[in-house]
Amino acid sequence: MKEKIAPVEEIKQKFGYIEVDEQKAVNVPAGKLLEFMQALKDEYELDFLTNLTAVDYPEENKFEVVYNLTSTTKAYGLMVRTGVDRENPVLPSVFPIWGGANWQEREVYDLMGIVFTGHPNLKRILLDDKFEGHPLRKDFQWEGGRE
Amino acid sequence: MLENLFVGIADWLRSLLGGLGTPVEINEAIVMLVKLVAILVFILINALWLVYMERKVAAYMQARIGPNRVGPKGLLQTTADIGKLISKEIVIPGKADKVVFLLAPVLIFVPTLMVFAVIPFGKNMAAIDMNIGVFYLLAIASLSTLFFWMGGWASNSKYSLIGSMRVVAQMVSYELPLVLGLLGVIMIAGSLKMSDIIAAQEHTWFIFTQPIAFLIYFTAAVAETNRCPFDLVEGESEIIAGPYTEYGGMAFAMFFLAEYANIMVICAMATIMFLGGWHAPFGLDFIPSWVWFFLKMYALIFVVMQLRWTYPRIRVDQLMGFSWKVLVPLALANIFITGIGMKIYQAIGW
Amino acid sequence: MLRTQEYFLNFGPQHPSTHGVFQIILTLDGERIVKAEPVCGYLHRGIEKLAESRTYTQVIPYTDRMDYLAAMLQNLGYVQAVEKLMGIEVPERAEYLRIISGELSRLASHLLATGVYALDIGGFTGFLLCFRERERVMDLLEELTGSRMTLSYARIGGVADDAPEGWLDKVKKLMDDMPGYIDEYNGLITGNEIFQARTKFVGQLTPETAINYSLSGPVLRASGVNYDLRKVRPYGIYDRFDFEVPLGENGDCFDRFYCRVREMQQSVRIIQQAIEQIKEVDGPVIAKVPKVLKPPKSDVYHEIESAKGIIGYYVVSDGSNKPYRVHVRRPSFINLGYLDEMLRGYLIADVVAILGSIDIVLGEVDC
Repeated sequence: MKEKIAPVEEIKQKFGYIEVDEQKAVNVPAGKLLEFMQALKDEYELDFLTNLTAVDYPEENKFEVVYNLTSTTKAYGLMVRTGVDRENPVLPSVFPIWGGANWQEREVYDLMGIVFTGHPNLKRILLDDKFEGHPLRKDFQWEGGRE
Repeated sequence: MLENLFVGIADWLRSLLGGLGTPVEINEAIVMLVKLVAILVFILINALWLVYMERKVAAYMQARIGPNRVGPKGLLQTTADIGKLISKEIVIPGKADKVVFLLAPVLIFVPTLMVFAVIPFGKNMAAIDMNIGVFYLLAIASLSTLFFWMGGWASNSKYSLIGSMRVVAQMVSYELPLVLGLLGVIMIAGSLKMSDIIAAQEHTWFIFTQPIAFLIYFTAAVAETNRCPFDLVEGESEIIAGPYTEYGGMAFAMFFLAEYANIMVICAMATIMFLGGWHAPFGLDFIPSWVWFFLKMYALIFVVMQLRWTYPRIRVDQLMGFSWKVLVPLALANIFITGIGMKIYQAIGW
Repeated sequence: MLRTQEYFLNFGPQHPSTHGVFQIILTLDGERIVKAEPVCGYLHRGIEKLAESRTYTQVIPYTDRMDYLAAMLQNLGYVQAVEKLMGIEVPERAEYLRIISGELSRLASHLLATGVYALDIGGFTGFLLCFRERERVMDLLEELTGSRMTLSYARIGGVADDAPEGWLDKVKKLMDDMPGYIDEYNGLITGNEIFQARTKFVGQLTPETAINYSLSGPVLRASGVNYDLRKVRPYGIYDRFDFEVPLGENGDCFDRFYCRVREMQQSVRIIQQAIEQIKEVDGPVIAKVPKVLKPPKSDVYHEIESAKGIIGYYVVSDGSNKPYRVHVRRPSFINLGYLDEMLRGYLIADVVAILGSIDIVLGEVDC
């Protein structure tokens, strides 16, 4: 199985502020996120946001938001990660770039508690509106279950 | 003698009462009452049987067996179902208009039963042979709109409300092509009396002289009874069950049985108006006239059932468009052509 | 000027046509939709959170419970993601069994979607005819895996067991019958005048919107976008099979429905080829994997073409025997994201038609 990945070296040269790891995934600082994403969509035809999710890393005091982009024309994909402060989890929404972020960002907000500014309708989607806490955070305590 | 079985029973009853020495008027009234009660019982039992028939037809169309446990071949299945429904509590929604809510399922059977009084089931077998029989039938049959609306409105539920809105819109729209379709037949027969219309078909059934009228009538009639493909009123995948959404138990069963009684009405009507009523085709007179009547009626009912299990449901705007843009102009054109044809026939002196 | 009042209608959560517990709060003007607000989450079980306290193998049964109509494809996405994480090579025979059971699952799901769509439009007979064949598929899957719906057949490194004796012949028999059955559906459902009047030019999606809103599967392809992962980025051994990707033209409900019908034909072709090819392949059905799986500290995203669209698994490993985080990109969930705009201006009856044509399964939407 051979993965088709977008030309990361070329992207790396163009945008100095990104980091590329050994999996050819891209790490981008939160401040440059929107600008970088827009460029990816316009210049590299990464027009399809397949996946948007977040991971909690309490030791490093950060959430990592992961964007998986693919291109419907070029058939390659790219993973973009960005870190966000755990105390103040605010990130610009990519909804203006890809409409597909609509429900995915709501889901991340619901379960992880990351606020996406600029999202048109950011409210809980899977859980009840009155639910307290964000269950996918590692420090979330719940009754029952199996540990 | 089978042909005069029912007429004979009535005569026997009359002579029996005549021997008692009571006035003739009272005797006649008693005979009339017996006739109507007989029709009532017949309709209710028949409606039960039609439910069974529908389930069997559906099952065979869908590669299933259908009811086969209660009674021989499952014949008592619907009886058992009704028994269960009767034993159920009638739940009245909290915000419903109680009186109207309970009145609707009771009244829903009234127009259907009233209509059956004028239908001739065989030679001399109409309970009342009115001289405006067709007019009476159409006038009474359209009353049922009101009771659907009552049920839907009184339920105080949005699905019921949408359903009853659809009932009114649909019934009113299809009443028109239905009546206009029948008008062609009435023009040729020259009478509103059922027995006259049947007599006019002794040699040629009106389905052959008025084929377009038959199609218009039958389509509109299927829509009038809210049957698929025009079952928007209770379109279960859209508005759950329309006006009956909030009904349960026997109240629901009344609506349910009324639907089948209505199918019987429209099919009996089509038999009378287009298929020669109780006249035997090909001179097969040795079979009693009332058997012919029922054979024709059940054949039509079977067609209605087949329609339901073949077609999907049309949409509300398409439904209205079909009535007003297709059926009504077609029916008017049919009347026009029938009129011209009749004049030509008269001119050449046939 | 006539003054009319808008009103709300709770379409669901208890409603026959929402395909489960799903609610749409409709704002209506008469029967016309002004605004629609989908509300999901009634079936949310927190599978992603549960997965964090299970070992890698224990997660497999949870994936069944998402799209339980095509469970094998859910299993497959997850195990392939973990295999990618650990670098496990899967034996040939296992790959073929995965293809056959996966495509059977897709058939089962599409048969259900086709039948239920007929039911949504109001034709009951089409529904039961599709279930007749689905039952045969289910029986075959039961014989292979021991379970009708929640298969849990895939294992990390292969599949649970080899096919029982004579099973492949039975599959072949069904595949020979399938084209005739599909013709039957086309005659009864697809070709019906009323069905076409109800579905054509209803809920149209342009290719641009479909891509922008990350819609996938038949919903995307009905708009004419040729994007099937089995073709574009073949996973497993899909590059060995000869099949076509059915595309629609108008992106309406009819195209979405008809895409699925034609996809069934392609699935049949794939299974037939796989049965021919598996005859020459012998050997184990599972690779040698350690009893306790401890993938290296890393993360991986893997996506495959499920029956409803693209299903993707994002798995993060911290080096222990339990996944640090599992996220599932569920196609039904994301395909619903554009529902509001799609419904506006249509009638209540079209809500059913449009929702049915997206083909959601609530286990997957709510995860």
